[in-house]
Amino acid sequence: MSTTRPTTVEPGATELSSWGAIRLVAGREITTRLRSKSFVWLTVLLVAAVVLGGVVLNLASSSGPSAQRVGLTPGTAPLAQTVTATGDALGTQVETVEVPDEAAGEEQVRDGDLDALLTGTAEDWTVVVESGLGETLGPVLTTMARQTALADAVEELGGDPAEVSSEMATAQPSVRTIGEPSEFDPARYVTGLVTGILLFMAIMISGQLIAQGVVEEKTSRVVELLLATVRPWHLMAGKVLGIGLVGLGQVALVVAAGVGTALGLGLVDASTIDLGAAAAWALVWFVVGFVSYALLMAGLGALVSRQEDVGAVTTPVTFLMVVPYVVGVSVAPWAPDNPLVVWLSYVPLCSPLLMPVRIALGSAETWEALLALGLSVALIPVLVWLAAKIYSNAVLRTAPA
Amino acid sequence: MATLEIDSLTKSYGSVRALRGTSFDVRAGEIFGFVGSNGAGKTTTMRIVLGVLAADAGEVRWDGRPIDADARRRIGYMPEERGLYPRMPVGDQLTYLARLHGLSAGAARDAMTRWTDTLGVAERRGDEVQKLSLGNQQRVQLAAALAHDPDALVLDEPFSGLDPVAVDVMSDVLRDRADAGVPVVFSSHQLDLVERLCDRVGIIRDGEMVAVGTIAELRRTETERWVVDGPPGASWIGAVPGARAVSLEGSRTVVELAPGSRAGDAPGGEQAVLHAALAAGPVHEFAVVRPSLTELYRDVVSSAGADGAAARTETKEEVPA
Repeated sequence: MSTTRPTTVEPGATELSSWGAIRLVAGREITTRLRSKSFVWLTVLLVAAVVLGGVVLNLASSSGPSAQRVGLTPGTAPLAQTVTATGDALGTQVETVEVPDEAAGEEQVRDGDLDALLTGTAEDWTVVVESGLGETLGPVLTTMARQTALADAVEELGGDPAEVSSEMATAQPSVRTIGEPSEFDPARYVTGLVTGILLFMAIMISGQLIAQGVVEEKTSRVVELLLATVRPWHLMAGKVLGIGLVGLGQVALVVAAGVGTALGLGLVDASTIDLGAAAAWALVWFVVGFVSYALLMAGLGALVSRQEDVGAVTTPVTFLMVVPYVVGVSVAPWAPDNPLVVWLSYVPLCSPLLMPVRIALGSAETWEALLALGLSVALIPVLVWLAAKIYSNAVLRTAPA
Repeated sequence: MATLEIDSLTKSYGSVRALRGTSFDVRAGEIFGFVGSNGAGKTTTMRIVLGVLAADAGEVRWDGRPIDADARRRIGYMPEERGLYPRMPVGDQLTYLARLHGLSAGAARDAMTRWTDTLGVAERRGDEVQKLSLGNQQRVQLAAALAHDPDALVLDEPFSGLDPVAVDVMSDVLRDRADAGVPVVFSSHQLDLVERLCDRVGIIRDGEMVAVGTIAELRRTETERWVVDGPPGASWIGAVPGARAVSLEGSRTVVELAPGSRAGDAPGGEQAVLHAALAAGPVHEFAVVRPSLTELYRDVVSSAGADGAAARTETKEEVPA
């Protein structure tokens, strides 16, 4: 006799593991977020802001004093090399232009095509200017005049002017630093500032989304239907995971746009900053900061039943975020080694907003970053426990109408 | 399928005792009507069954074993507080909920299609739930309870707010599921509907079950009453030993046969009443009087401290069965 299998298995029914439940909840959050117009627009705006900011910065930095044009007659033409070199040594870009004769040169000075004209000979020259030597060209030509005078004097004393000038070129003041070396690096400053603002915005917005999502489920009462199927912590974990992944994607996009703009426009060429490392750290800190704050927001969100109350109940957490944020963007860029900045950057819940700024500014050693990361990660299990407890107890309780 | 047993549940909210030893069971293939006044403990009982609330004491069993999360996931639940994501499209929402109940993506989508067709909301699949009328939202809510082909149905007030057509659709669906062997329990204040639809009924008062049984069992009175439409009762009632007139209104006489009397205890004792009436004149109607569920319910919930379904008052209106 043939054996028939009992057909008691439900069609299409499968066992739903915890991970399966969390994944489903997270999937719904991701779909909902990606379909939301406000989310898409916010992302577009953030990317546009970062790219445009880079472009504006590039224009601003390249619109500084343009090259000084110095005309040289055939008599002074041999000075071309000296003029440019002296300008470089003094940080002034000088462009030399050969003119056929003195009259033509004077004409160009009068027209404003040339900032100055050197006439005479290489040994004995005169500067022709419209009204006076500017502050930029003045020091260059003064230095040249002094060198010429020095060379004459050395020669009169029987020395070799070339030998003297080469010795002078290598002479350096002996410097001893007694304070902290404070070298202002605009690229680092901007990166630190942008990192601080971006992380604050991203964590704040994602955290608010979590709290609003929790309250939405309470307000619409759908939570009772959900909790008849999945455990409270599945729901909370799925929500944090889903919104977190969307947030991470958003931050990664903005960071990539920022790094791309900076590299494309050469904004960081003159800086010592490692943009890749700063970007990677920003993403790591977003994850840590988001998880910490999202858990708090989920727990607090469960305490209220109306969207209007979300702001009030999350105020303590918002305040907790604003303090390191303000310190991060207003104190840290100017005084990266301020004790308040340094100490707060180790405190969990503050470090996600402060440490990436210090890293971007280059004021944090790697061990400091790792220590702060370790402390923050260590706090997460505590937050998970706390948030799950508050959430489970409060999520089904609604305030009396 | 199996039996859903609710055994001696107690639950207190602070000093309020919501449930005091609530017990009943819902058997495979039966529709169980769960009735009681507002605040009597219906919703609390259902929430405990679904694990949304924890009982202080007592147990819910499924198939003879304490119910667990996997068994609960196989229940179709319609909470008293209706709840769906207001800004999520109907179709996506039902598919999502079915998947949370363990269906694969394909099976969930098929179930969603089937139930939106059955419940008449197929053309609203792409709309956000908040854009639907309350009645249609209710249909979607029922679809959410049914989409995962549940092993048991627990529905809190499924008929409230439905139009008559929707009530019929809903009734048919419940009957159909019960016929497929699913135990179905629902609460309702529409007692005529409960009477028509349910195989068994449980009445809860102040967290205690005061009556559980089939409609026929509940309506069986301790002392039988008969209505006689014929000669006025005063002229013949005295001829039947143990018979007492409960009401005398013109040609209609309601007679009670007291237990302990010869007519009351003997089978067919009512025949003596009929004979006595016929002897006095022509009889147009002779029938046993059974209280409607509504009357039973009024009795049970209003007689504080009374002894359950047997408690009757003389003043109630009676109708022939």
